[in-house]
Amino acid sequence: MEIVHVYVRRRGDFGRQSHFSDRPAELLVDIGPDPPLADGFIHRDPRDVATQSAQEMSEHQVNTERFESESRGINHVEGGWPKDVNPQEMEQTIRFRKKVEKDENYVTSVLQLGSVMENCIKQNNATDIYQDYSEDEEAADEVQEPPAAKTVNVFRDPNEVKRTVTGLSWHPDGNRKLAGAYSCLEFQKASKDMSFDSYIWDIENPNRPELTLKPVSPLVCLEYNPKDCHTLAGGCYNGQIAFWDTRRGSQPVELSSVEQSHRDPVYKLIWMQSKTGTDAFSASTDGQVLWWDMRRLSEPTERLVLDLSREGSLDAALGASALEFEATMPTKFMVGTEQGLVLSCNRKAKSPAEKIVCTFDGHHGPVYALQRNPFFPKNFLTVGDWTARIWSEDIKESSIMWTRYQTSYLMDACWSPVRPAVFFTVKMDGVLDVWDVLFKQNEPTLSIKVCDEGLYSLRLQESGRLLACGSRLGGASLLELGPSLSTLQRNEKSLVAAMFERETKREKILEARQRELRLKERSRSEQSREDDGAKEADGQEDPEELIARAEADFFSAIDAEIKRRQKEEDKHREKDVCEEKEVRNGAE
Amino acid sequence: MASEVEETLKRIEGQRGVVGTVVCNADGIPIRSSLDGVATAQYARLLRKLTVMAKSAVRDIDPQNDLTFLRLRSQKCEIMVGLENEFLVIVIQNLHQ
Repeated sequence: MEIVHVYVRRRGDFGRQSHFSDRPAELLVDIGPDPPLADGFIHRDPRDVATQSAQEMSEHQVNTERFESESRGINHVEGGWPKDVNPQEMEQTIRFRKKVEKDENYVTSVLQLGSVMENCIKQNNATDIYQDYSEDEEAADEVQEPPAAKTVNVFRDPNEVKRTVTGLSWHPDGNRKLAGAYSCLEFQKASKDMSFDSYIWDIENPNRPELTLKPVSPLVCLEYNPKDCHTLAGGCYNGQIAFWDTRRGSQPVELSSVEQSHRDPVYKLIWMQSKTGTDAFSASTDGQVLWWDMRRLSEPTERLVLDLSREGSLDAALGASALEFEATMPTKFMVGTEQGLVLSCNRKAKSPAEKIVCTFDGHHGPVYALQRNPFFPKNFLTVGDWTARIWSEDIKESSIMWTRYQTSYLMDACWSPVRPAVFFTVKMDGVLDVWDVLFKQNEPTLSIKVCDEGLYSLRLQESGRLLACGSRLGGASLLELGPSLSTLQRNEKSLVAAMFERETKREKILEARQRELRLKERSRSEQSREDDGAKEADGQEDPEELIARAEADFFSAIDAEIKRRQKEEDKHREKDVCEEKEVRNGAE
Repeated sequence: MASEVEETLKRIEGQRGVVGTVVCNADGIPIRSSLDGVATAQYARLLRKLTVMAKSAVRDIDPQNDLTFLRLRSQKCEIMVGLENEFLVIVIQNLHQ
């Protein structure tokens, strides 16, 4: 039933001022209870209702902006003595003590407690009551915690003018220190009063860097020597290489000469495995890869120009933006270029022309990071443009696995040193992505927004639990990964090996197929060339011919489809006719 | 009576692994101790604070309850604190099995 209230007003009264007045409430509708309806319900008495009157609580995690803490010592003096006893005076304290000892309470308490105490002591002496007997058994069902990571600390650039953290390196021994290279990579954005310093931080103390390194030009990359943990080498913005010894202060111990160094910022510097432990090589966008001996930085020991035409000319050379070296394969190394190519090179090649062994073409933009999987050195990870790609050395045509095109540029990536299936990438929107290829392949397993500005560099500590990433405004954040991301899972190695093999095989098949198609094309174009020899010999077709061919293909495909449909319809009709005939036969 | 107390404490100190004992009163003043002055003051002060907190925790949960014994096991030793009548008996014992 509809309840309607009608309100009438004359048209002439529209728009007039309203005169409000008070009047008592008017009952418009009164809907009484309907007794027959009540029969549909049962009266229930008593009713059991549970409520909780506990305090409502919620859990919330907050990270403070900055917490400055300092270690200090305090000297405690005895206290608690009653007013009439002077703690310095031996006599008074002794007298007080004697008084207490005579107290009845004291005696009984101590006697009582003495027996209890003895019991516990004897217990301790008998056996270790807290011994863990179930240590040897593995946990029955490993509770899979969701992957998590949380920020532990942020190390901020102490200077006024903030610079980007372009390189990070962990101390090789004990991992208590983190070295950061600070520079401004944006073209001509470096202001005049930008400091050149780079810092070494102790991860326990985020307030002040432990050591300042003062190069002649801002450092783009910085690496600890894995053999000698007091020495570091850094590549500068102006192309020079500098060598520090932390025991000898902030000035570089040695600096390479300007003429012999790179002509562009040194993007990556890696220490090599050598008997002397002082060899390193560096790569820069000027197209050269230089080998250095740290004891004599006046000139490089070896030089390689990344020229694909094998002529060694700097003009045609490709700029290098990433470098990779695996200690288990000391003669091979890989270079990632600005042009998106990855070059695999052999150091021990006989002639400079043979140094570049093969190329992998995959990215549309500069390759910013390049790293081999620590467990499967045949597969390596590259990051450039908006994707991260995993490659196998055997397949040169394309990567075996790749991520979707992300929304922002990827700047750096690295594999986890403990889990072969996990790698990390950082992006320009300040997000750190953790990818677990065994868990999810089309999107990151975990995405954490570390900061608002872009993240430029990333480094994992060898234990696999701590991660440092550097941002554009000079903040190096230290994150701790949850246990599920930093402990090797069961069967992980074999699963990852199987996955890489599978993908490699797939790519191989695709490559073989491509080659077949290309051969067919070539043979077809050769045939057509034989037929009319006047055609151009390079096999390229004009656009018109292409269009004509495309149209012909299209129409023939449509005709084929129409014919097929016709045939099917005819078949159906025949069937119907047959059935009718049968029915009629049957009916007769 | 005082000698009995002495005897008890001596017996405790003589047990294997015991580093020292401290007896202190409600205000944290060490009455008797087998350790040197600095260590005594430290143990008395710190453990007094801890037992007050522990006692209040126990009584928050159940006001009829009261703290009688506190055992603090650490990597190198075990500190046992017995409470009675506002007096504390603290024993430090080394663990090495």
